[in-house]
Amino acid sequence: MRIRRFTEPVFESLIKICGYSSGFVVLLIIVFLFKEGVSFFGSSPVEEGFTMYVHQSNPVKDLSAAQIKDVFDQKITNWKALGGADQPIERFSLDELGEAFTEEQLGKNFEFLPKCIDSYMDSLPGSLAFFPAAQTDGKLKSAIPLNIDKITVGKFLSDTEWFPTSRPAARMGVMPLLLGTLLVSFFAILIALPLGLAASIYLAEIADERVRKFLKPVIELLAGIPSVVYGFFGLVVIVPLVQSTFNLPVGETALAGSIVLAIMALPTIITVSEDALRTTPRAMKEASLALGASQWQTIRKVVVPYASSGITAAAILGIGRAIGETMAALMVTGNSAIMPPTLLQPVRTIPATIAAELGEAPFGGLHFQALFALGCLLFIITLIINLLVERVSAKRNS
Amino acid sequence: MKNINFLFLAITLFLAACGGDKTETTTTEGTDAGAAAGATTISVKGSDTVLPVSQKEAEEFMKANAGSAITVVGGGSGTGITALLDGSTDICMSSRELKTDEKLKFQGKSIEVKEAVIGFDALSVIVHPENKVAQLTREQLEKIFTGEIKNWKEVGGADAPIVAYSRESSSGTYEFFKEHVMDKKNYATTVLNMPATGAIVQSVSQTKGAIGYVGLAYVTNGVKPLSVSYDQGKTFVAPSVQGAKDKTYPVARPLYYFYDAKNEAKVKSFVDYVMSDAGQKNVGDAGYVPVR
Repeated sequence: MRIRRFTEPVFESLIKICGYSSGFVVLLIIVFLFKEGVSFFGSSPVEEGFTMYVHQSNPVKDLSAAQIKDVFDQKITNWKALGGADQPIERFSLDELGEAFTEEQLGKNFEFLPKCIDSYMDSLPGSLAFFPAAQTDGKLKSAIPLNIDKITVGKFLSDTEWFPTSRPAARMGVMPLLLGTLLVSFFAILIALPLGLAASIYLAEIADERVRKFLKPVIELLAGIPSVVYGFFGLVVIVPLVQSTFNLPVGETALAGSIVLAIMALPTIITVSEDALRTTPRAMKEASLALGASQWQTIRKVVVPYASSGITAAAILGIGRAIGETMAALMVTGNSAIMPPTLLQPVRTIPATIAAELGEAPFGGLHFQALFALGCLLFIITLIINLLVERVSAKRNS
Repeated sequence: MKNINFLFLAITLFLAACGGDKTETTTTEGTDAGAAAGATTISVKGSDTVLPVSQKEAEEFMKANAGSAITVVGGGSGTGITALLDGSTDICMSSRELKTDEKLKFQGKSIEVKEAVIGFDALSVIVHPENKVAQLTREQLEKIFTGEIKNWKEVGGADAPIVAYSRESSSGTYEFFKEHVMDKKNYATTVLNMPATGAIVQSVSQTKGAIGYVGLAYVTNGVKPLSVSYDQGKTFVAPSVQGAKDKTYPVARPLYYFYDAKNEAKVKSFVDYVMSDAGQKNVGDAGYVPVR
């Protein structure tokens, strides 16, 4: 008796601590995510520590990241296309400098670097140059720094090209990734929901006990398979199947991704909605049957409506799984950052982008922050979906 | 139920948002442990291309020299160079040479960098075995990967759309191909990005119009390697170990070890081992081209 008086408060406070700390950890992660993500906006798309220069006589004083990329891809080769004089654009960076000057001219510790750049720039009125800011800031006479549009939330969301490693200026347009993620998840849930609902009704209402005892663990086992295995299965089985069925040049498509994600979301949907269906009170079902309704009518008019909020929850958890799924999407969707015109084309999803690119993104750099901004976006999407569901189920309950 | 929903979502999100971050943390921990464990340990960090070679070399070196400990960590060439800069690694593995701005950073910290070329990696351009095309020029490859050439009939093949496969942008192979084959132009958005070399081989072997690039060692019977010309189509060279060694095959790159000259005494025994006959045999076994 005395021991219990002592242990009960201890356990109570332990449980309390666990509750508080897990809540605190979630908050901490959100704060961390947004801290990294938000600092991305307002920064310049030019590689960190670098400044872009034009010749002082050049009338063009500001360019966008898209224009710079086109210049360095040699799609734009004349200043006329950028609103300047009719002269060819000379791309100029440290690599070219290494070819134009010997190491002696540059100095052993690069002390003559600004001078070399200056004389080289002076001889090329059409040059577009980028150099480390530390070596050149305020030291060049013939060149002036170029104004480059800063990254804004609006541009991040509306730009349609994702080239985070493009040098010297990165293009970070999230539109193709966002549409890709939504497209794949939407069709995944479109495939998984009817299948999952049918399976859960079968398990809860129609299947006899022996079948149920066999099927339920098998389906739950499906949830335990690592996603990389699903990804490999998708790459070897689903991708060729999609390719030959639709006679496509390439099988890694949004559709292949949707199918794999649908399979992965099935166990969640089936388990949660079956549990919901099973909560229907026996009295309600028996009343329906006693009134002369068939079993199908009972399921349709009594069981499913009663469990509707649970089924909605199942669907949302399935969507959550599909939107956040990384490895399988990375392996089967082809990862081309294009605006997805149809289901039968490769897409790139947000989680796959984060997983694929975080490894090489320099810690704390622009690319790193951009990936965190993607994480924030993913968080906001799921939060919106969750709030919508809360509202829907609240309405049904009242 | 509501609370449970939210909890589930929070967990899903947490996993989704931090999935990539996890590897990063372990990587840093690995180096820290290596650097902190004393003078007999050498930490090696950098390119994922060189990683398998270094792991094998480290294993054999530790077997032969009891008491030595070598930590090998991947992460990419850029990661390794950054680590060498801030002194958190002894040797940096790299699949490319130092860029001028990186040299500037080393100058700024007055670190003298020594390099050792431990082997070569030749890239093979591969297509589906049923493809009629057997050779391409560098210019044609550039146009295919920048999206200017979209159909195989433009380069002498059948009338079928070209499906180009590339590695992810985090790969050193991606950078190498971009700089040496594509004249530093960006890849077209329509190019498919695969997370691993094995995935490219798998996809090219099952897609009729496919073209991709992989390390020489990864070429299997399921795909067909192409001959490449770097002189506007005068001579075409098929990828081979011999070709990479005598530099007649153009799409090859040296694999480097970089280290601080001040650190030379500490790392010399390991670098010497890698350059020895036994060490060079491991380079060959890993599918790369030995220096000798």
